[in-house]
Amino acid sequence: MDAIILQILNGLDKGSAYALIALGLTLIFGTLGVVNFAHGALFMIGAFCAVTLNKLLSLSYMVEDPTRTDFLGKPLQVATPYVHGWFGEATGEALIDWSVPLAILFSIPVMIAVGFIMERGLIKHFYKRPHADQILVTFGLAIVLQELIKSFYGANPIPTPAPEVFRGSFDFGVMLGFDPNAIIYPYWRMVYFAFSALIIGAVFAFLRFTTFGMVVRAGMADRETVGLLGINIDKRFTIMFGLAAAVAGVAGVMYAPINSPNYHMGMDFLVLSFVVVVVGGMGSLPGAVLAGFMLGILEAFASMNQVKAIIPGIDQIIIYLIAIIIILTRPRGLMGKKGVMEE
Amino acid sequence: MGILEVKNVGKRFGGLQALNNVNLSVAENTCHAIIGPNGAGKSTLLNCFVGKLIPDTGSVMFDGQSVLGRTPYEINQMGISRVFQTPEIFADLSVMENMMIPVFAKRDGSFRMHALEGMMGEKDIVEKAEAMLEDMGLANKREMQASSMSRGDKRRLEIAMCLSQEPRLLLLDEPTAGMARADTNNTIDLLKQIKEERDITIAIIEHDMHVVFSLADRITVLAQGTPLVEDSPENIKGHPKVREAYLGEAA
Amino acid sequence: MLGLNKKDTLLFWIVAALALLAPFILNPFPEGSSLAQMFNAGYPDLMQRFVIFGILVIGFNILFGLTGYLSFGHAAFLGIGSYSAVWMFKLVGMNVIPAILLAMIVSGVFALLIGYISLRRSGIYFSILTLAIAQMCYNLAYSVLGNPSSNFNLTNGETGLQLSLDDARILGESVTAEGALPVTNFFGLAMRSSYQMDVGGWLFTFNAGYYLSAIIMLVSFYVSIRIFRSPFGLMLRAVKSNQQRMNYTGLNTRPYILAAFVISGIYAGLAGGLLSSMDPLAGAERMHWTASGEIVIMAILGGVGTLIGPVLGAGFNEYFKNILSKINDNVLHDWLGFLPDGFENLLVGFLHYFVGKGWHLTLGIMFMLVIIFLPGGLVQGGQRIARLFRRKKNSDETQQTPAE
Ligand SMILES: Nc1ncnc2c1ncn2[C@@H]1O[C@H](COP(=O)(O)OP(=O)(O)O)[C@@H](O)[C@H]1O
Ligand SMILES: [Mg+2]
Repeated sequence: MDAIILQILNGLDKGSAYALIALGLTLIFGTLGVVNFAHGALFMIGAFCAVTLNKLLSLSYMVEDPTRTDFLGKPLQVATPYVHGWFGEATGEALIDWSVPLAILFSIPVMIAVGFIMERGLIKHFYKRPHADQILVTFGLAIVLQELIKSFYGANPIPTPAPEVFRGSFDFGVMLGFDPNAIIYPYWRMVYFAFSALIIGAVFAFLRFTTFGMVVRAGMADRETVGLLGINIDKRFTIMFGLAAAVAGVAGVMYAPINSPNYHMGMDFLVLSFVVVVVGGMGSLPGAVLAGFMLGILEAFASMNQVKAIIPGIDQIIIYLIAIIIILTRPRGLMGKKGVMEE
Repeated sequence: MGILEVKNVGKRFGGLQALNNVNLSVAENTCHAIIGPNGAGKSTLLNCFVGKLIPDTGSVMFDGQSVLGRTPYEINQMGISRVFQTPEIFADLSVMENMMIPVFAKRDGSFRMHALEGMMGEKDIVEKAEAMLEDMGLANKREMQASSMSRGDKRRLEIAMCLSQEPRLLLLDEPTAGMARADTNNTIDLLKQIKEERDITIAIIEHDMHVVFSLADRITVLAQGTPLVEDSPENIKGHPKVREAYLGEAA
Repeated sequence: MLGLNKKDTLLFWIVAALALLAPFILNPFPEGSSLAQMFNAGYPDLMQRFVIFGILVIGFNILFGLTGYLSFGHAAFLGIGSYSAVWMFKLVGMNVIPAILLAMIVSGVFALLIGYISLRRSGIYFSILTLAIAQMCYNLAYSVLGNPSSNFNLTNGETGLQLSLDDARILGESVTAEGALPVTNFFGLAMRSSYQMDVGGWLFTFNAGYYLSAIIMLVSFYVSIRIFRSPFGLMLRAVKSNQQRMNYTGLNTRPYILAAFVISGIYAGLAGGLLSSMDPLAGAERMHWTASGEIVIMAILGGVGTLIGPVLGAGFNEYFKNILSKINDNVLHDWLGFLPDGFENLLVGFLHYFVGKGWHLTLGIMFMLVIIFLPGGLVQGGQRIARLFRRKKNSDETQQTPAE
């Protein structure tokens, strides 16, 4: 029992990331009808927002510390972050420590701007082009974005720690009445899951309860009719794109402590998120979320040693296998609607 | 016993009963027109004949065999060809290529792997396609890309493509919709000629009464998914129910 | 000739001439000059890549160019072909022909399977499905089927599958008399053997492996022309144009598309087999989805749906990759030395991101520009330029007329 709960928990953080990316993909696909191969790059850029803020806050200058000396007996040069000078040492240090959560604030305007530029500058011109062209141009954009990041940040992963208080793990099992050490779970993963649940809830609430969201949902169902009502649907879709970019971005920011950001992380997640979208059902928002968590948790189960002993390597392919089975048995995915992408 | 026998066909779209208990019999080698106001379910009915839709109830028999549950290409291979409301042709291909494809389909069936044989070895296909283009007055547009033709010519090409398969039943969905008067008259002449020259049964949906009365041997009036009357053109013209349901609006 | 019309025959002979004379054409600068270091490309391994990737993209174009079905997982077949060929070298012998044949058969079988599954959906779904299945194949090759300590080690994981001295090679020798690994050969002609010709300052290398690959590429090219011009090719173009009309014309589209998928999979397997024949080493990275993306890029750069496009695209991509990755800051300083120093440094600092290790970025940007402005690729570009010249000539003539 405890092993099962542990695997479910282990699946939650990856599942959250899949769900968040798949949600954005579905929003963009549903509203604009575009399959965005650059969506993973948005996730990656989000993660690098965290890296950037962390680096910015840690920017240092050299001060002589008269109390300490180096081996030649001269006063020691100590690197001191500017923020220490500006806000005092304690606050400065706290700022650096909390750089990942702070990066959310920093990333939202950045991501919305990136999303706007992407949609207005590029994708807009591809609405009337064939789907293959849309895939290709966003794929090209994804390459360019990831190579840009690579040339500025290098090819190696950049560790970006979570705030001190969230480092380490807690004994989740004891809380549930299991033996101590049965379920050890890192704090940050719990934070990530809670955060994702919050974002997902917010997106759904936004679509459900605001007029804006209602128009967008109507547009997803039938773009032409809504256009006929004289509602400027294009502008709303642009905003939608910015929103989807922001969702991917903050998902990336918060993921930085779990996996040190590298330039190709977006692509790695994108392929799996596509699978998630297909399993959930193209165009279905609840489907994307459900499939995201489901596949994340299944993946965690497949990586249990007991399972791997029976079928070696199953953890590497389980998601794809499920996707193939679903496509063969339920071509529309778990919650796909009729008529989406069926010519 | 007609070549096409439709019994008790019903089709629902959500809350809308698009077809309700439709019975229809199309006799061989006649032209049967289906008329009715917009949204009466005429296109839906045609879709049930060619495998695009499967009706919820009832049966559709073609030449004694059920078409239900068969795919569109199987139904076509049984001998039903369809012309669409908006011309469905291979827009990216040349007129001649458009013409050759149905001829191939007629000769080789639904799939044949002839990957390395050049077109030069296909004399019979080329000749037949050329003859058809000649017949339909499209010979001079042979090398033109189909998408760059006028709407009338596209329709003509689509009809030619269907006829080249020598179907036993030809379905036409508003073939003159959106056509200029001259083009409409040409189409009527063309269809008349086809009717006279070939052993073919035609089922046509049409709004233009001029077209209907020049071609049809029998007429079925459809309103709100149900056939109102079926009769000869002369009787239909004077039928009070029809005047009320349909011609009244048009007049 | 050869059952082709005049225009296609001409095209075929042009490609044949380019391929057979490549050692001359690609080495325009005298050996040892700085231009030669940068721009010469007549090295056996590079020339081999030109033609082998040419084969790969020619095959991809039969699927994407004719039917419009965009496979994002074609590198899987390249990898499967590579592994199959290496296994043939390990178990049977070092002759490349059986290895290549096996590569084609195995990848064909896989293509049938993968195609059958992926073609249950079309459009975007198809692209995503091929992508996912290929990525699964990559994971299988990279870790699941490649655990060196398991006794079912098909791919040898990260290290890649390679020859070893204790391979069986039942029709050959496990170890040569000198105690080395035997080399791949074509009925005794070693693939890596080369004949070098010294003319003045120029050095031309004629490599056996290159010529074998080039001849196979020409055969593949010829077959692709035949397919394009065949009734089957017409059906594939009809699929791209209007599947609905095809269905209502009595044609079953799926077997046509599946056949195209399998043919293009076999082409990819052939390319993979050839890669292994030139250098008997197969790694999983060949199957990674970025490799699939590169196939798409090459096809687009050249011109999708055209006969010559794939050959151009593959050549262009490989050639520029080669040059761009050779340019470093020193070379840039060399070239821009005539500029004022500050400006020079600034420009070098900027260009730095686009050359050397940054070549991916340049090719990515080029790819985007092509899709945005030149969806028909280099072929369309060539046509536009040709038309421009023709129009200019015409307008010159019309301008002259009133004067006369
Ligand atoms: N695929 C469909 N889904 C839902 N409603 C449909 C569909 N096809 C047709 N309808 C509806 O069925 C009714 C009949 O349509 P149709 O057969 O096209 O009429 P018409 O007689 O003008 O050809 C219309 O109200 C139409 O809106
Ligand atoms: Mg209609």
